[in-house]
Amino acid sequence: MDCYIGIDLGSTTTKAIYIDADEKILGRGITNSRSNYDIACQVASEEAEINSRFALLKRWVQADVTLKAVSEELLAWLEAKYKLAQHLKQLTALTETCLADAEEVKQAKEWSHVPKLLDQIFAQMRTEAVEIFLPNAKSRSDFFRDMASSGFMAHVEALAKNDSKLFDKLIAIYDRAILKVESRSYASGFDEYIQWACEEVVRLPQFKKYEAQVREVTSRVSALEFNPLNTIGTGYGRQRLPFPKEQIRSEILCHGLGAHYMFPNTRTVLDIGGQDTKAIQVDAEGIVTNFQMNDRCAAGCGRYLGYIADEMNMGVHELGPMAMKSHKQVKINSTCTVFAGTELRERLSLGEKREDILAGLHRAMILRAMSLLARSGGIDDEFTFTGGVAKNQAAVTALKKLVEENYGTRILNISPDSIYTGALGAALFAKRDRSGEMAKLDLSKLTKKVASH
Amino acid sequence: MSEVNDKSVEKEESMLLQKQMIADHFKALSKAKENNKKVVYTFVPGNLNELIWALDMLPVHPEINALQSAMRKKSGGYILEAEKAGHSEDVCTYVKCDIGMMRRGNVGPTGDPLPEPDLLLLSYTGCFTFMKWFELLKEEYNCPVVMLHVPYQAEGKVTPQMRDYVVKQLKEVVIPKMEEISGNKLDLDRLGTFLESSGRAENDLVAVWESAKNKPSPIDAYFGGVYYIGPIFSAFRGLPEAEIYYQTLRREVEERVRLGLGPVTPDGVMKQEKYRLVVEGPPNWTSFREFWKMFYDEGAVVVGSTYTKVGGYYSEGFRHSGKYPLESLAEYCLGCYTNHNLSDRVGILEKYIKDYDADGFVINSIKSCNSFSAGQLMMLRELENRTGRAGGFIESDLVDPRYFSAANIKNRLESYFQMVEAKRGGRRAPESTL
Repeated sequence: MDCYIGIDLGSTTTKAIYIDADEKILGRGITNSRSNYDIACQVASEEAEINSRFALLKRWVQADVTLKAVSEELLAWLEAKYKLAQHLKQLTALTETCLADAEEVKQAKEWSHVPKLLDQIFAQMRTEAVEIFLPNAKSRSDFFRDMASSGFMAHVEALAKNDSKLFDKLIAIYDRAILKVESRSYASGFDEYIQWACEEVVRLPQFKKYEAQVREVTSRVSALEFNPLNTIGTGYGRQRLPFPKEQIRSEILCHGLGAHYMFPNTRTVLDIGGQDTKAIQVDAEGIVTNFQMNDRCAAGCGRYLGYIADEMNMGVHELGPMAMKSHKQVKINSTCTVFAGTELRERLSLGEKREDILAGLHRAMILRAMSLLARSGGIDDEFTFTGGVAKNQAAVTALKKLVEENYGTRILNISPDSIYTGALGAALFAKRDRSGEMAKLDLSKLTKKVASH
Repeated sequence: MSEVNDKSVEKEESMLLQKQMIADHFKALSKAKENNKKVVYTFVPGNLNELIWALDMLPVHPEINALQSAMRKKSGGYILEAEKAGHSEDVCTYVKCDIGMMRRGNVGPTGDPLPEPDLLLLSYTGCFTFMKWFELLKEEYNCPVVMLHVPYQAEGKVTPQMRDYVVKQLKEVVIPKMEEISGNKLDLDRLGTFLESSGRAENDLVAVWESAKNKPSPIDAYFGGVYYIGPIFSAFRGLPEAEIYYQTLRREVEERVRLGLGPVTPDGVMKQEKYRLVVEGPPNWTSFREFWKMFYDEGAVVVGSTYTKVGGYYSEGFRHSGKYPLESLAEYCLGCYTNHNLSDRVGILEKYIKDYDADGFVINSIKSCNSFSAGQLMMLRELENRTGRAGGFIESDLVDPRYFSAANIKNRLESYFQMVEAKRGGRRAPESTL
């Protein structure tokens, strides 16, 4: 199947999108950028391919007369089991890496029991994984590192409750191992995982009678070959992508085009990412006509919220909901991240409520974005907000209010998939770029690089 | 991927000539006191070089020293020195660099010591900082200041009254003071000779600028341009050396046109002209090569720039002339780029964009230069509206190395070039279904 790939190597996460020849989105993939852009790029791209296969699988299952009745449940089980297979593969690699390290550690007599302990921990984690990856399980992180770390930590805390030396030893082994495991991709091998998932699913009583159809449709999706005709990279790490300059685009252009695709009437785009804020004006075709971005200082970017979260000893995802409880506006003057932290502590000492201070901090952050928007040419209808911060309701509320005050009523678009805007724009450029070389993403080159690490 | 040929760059004759001229001048300055020569410090925009030479004095241009210090990576230390002396972070960094250099012994860019001024000749042509700068130098050197007040072109034109007002000051204040300090009487005929020489050099310089109308342009009118303005904006306007330099340069440029060659860059001759640009604002001097590379690596050539007009605006036909010496000096001062209002500046840029068939324009906004930077975003919008060409906006500083964020500027420039490309070709994509 012919397709075009866009990859956005952000400072926090790496995203990939596959689109078809009609510019329809086939699949999306995301991974944490780690300190290794090459592997992040490979994983995101492979995840997007998997996601594309599942999208097609869904289409076929829903179109199948026999499977139609159970399509929703069947797809949920197949996907859950697929992810379990992938997770277990990584867990096996993690177990082996930890045990290899433990073989050396056990030479010291006091640590001779470490391999056995690790065996126990990982055996329990494998059992737990089955529960974590049930279709109706409560939401889990998308990233193996997050899931493995929290699981491992819980077991070690229980095991070494009164033995801090043992605790430190086990954590040290784990930390070394996860870095190694993370620098490999486990996303390839779709065929292996889907066949395993298929075996698991057809064993379930409710799908027993559909066994033949399930086997047929999973084999078909597995056999499908993707033929990437062009790949374009964007984002902070774009220079690291192993393809020619013609296949690299600035994230400003990609965000402009991506936002236009999602909301065709977009004229102004605000993107607040991890370490920069971009105010972009686009024309009726999504071509950037003007832009401004923060310079010299990253105040008011996503990291600002991360810093504030640390200062308040909260998770970054908790800031917005808490700020939404505010009924009083506390004015925060500083646009500097560090000084905003100082103001925060001062306000707390004066007895202001946390939610009111947080609302003020969100407003200060958006005020900075408003300045960039003004410098780029103002806010035209329609206005699209992208980037991770667009998911923060308090930031969105502050933005709406300030836009209304300064520009009057504007239609504000926020897509639930806004994090993929840059990758989407890159994929569209890949499709439309007639001058670019029609090159595939050279995964073999990436693999070589990774192996040499 | 580089858009230039190879690393072997042969120095052209004009480059060697300029290098020698600068070395000779600084040598003369270092021996000024023993040769009993009086020294005049004066600014590049609105400088009265011919008058200085006609009275046998020697000129020093503090901004040139500052930018030369920056290119030699010395400005950061000088600025810190000035900050230690109480000058705030936001003060014009040319000023701080100059003051820092002075406080560290006043050794010029070539390594020769600079003489103290006998006179500070303040020709005010639109930059308010100039007044404060010489106020500070007056305190440091305890020497006289003479001020030439040049009326701002608020209405966008030079009236006879404005010219007469400047001439009157020259006659009644500036020349008498300079005669008093130098101990020499001004000979108007001698002044006329220097002015005629200036006019001839200016003709050749304008021919060099206009060569950028060729495709490919044989010159980079900004990054290369700042070298071309060296002699005429510094000590040499009015001298035969400058005439020879510009004749040589013009000959070299005409030869490049004949051969169809692009501009010379530090990495060789540009092989492909992908973007023709006009640039507004001074360059960054502390990372000048790196800044330039961001352009030529992308195949971007600057075909017109306003910064190269700050020391003299000759595009509309003005030339120094010996026929009416004082009027000629007055008109020169009134016409400096810094003395033009915002509307005129937009007009000048618009004309460059159209006349030189530029794909777009870039504004380098200077953090510590309010006279240049104020209003530049307005200019950007207006120019986009008038020309339909893409405008880019980057921010850096003159000589403070702390305000050159290479990754950020590169990111913006790359985005800008791709924006120009998209504007040029993207909309033609027939397969677009959006």
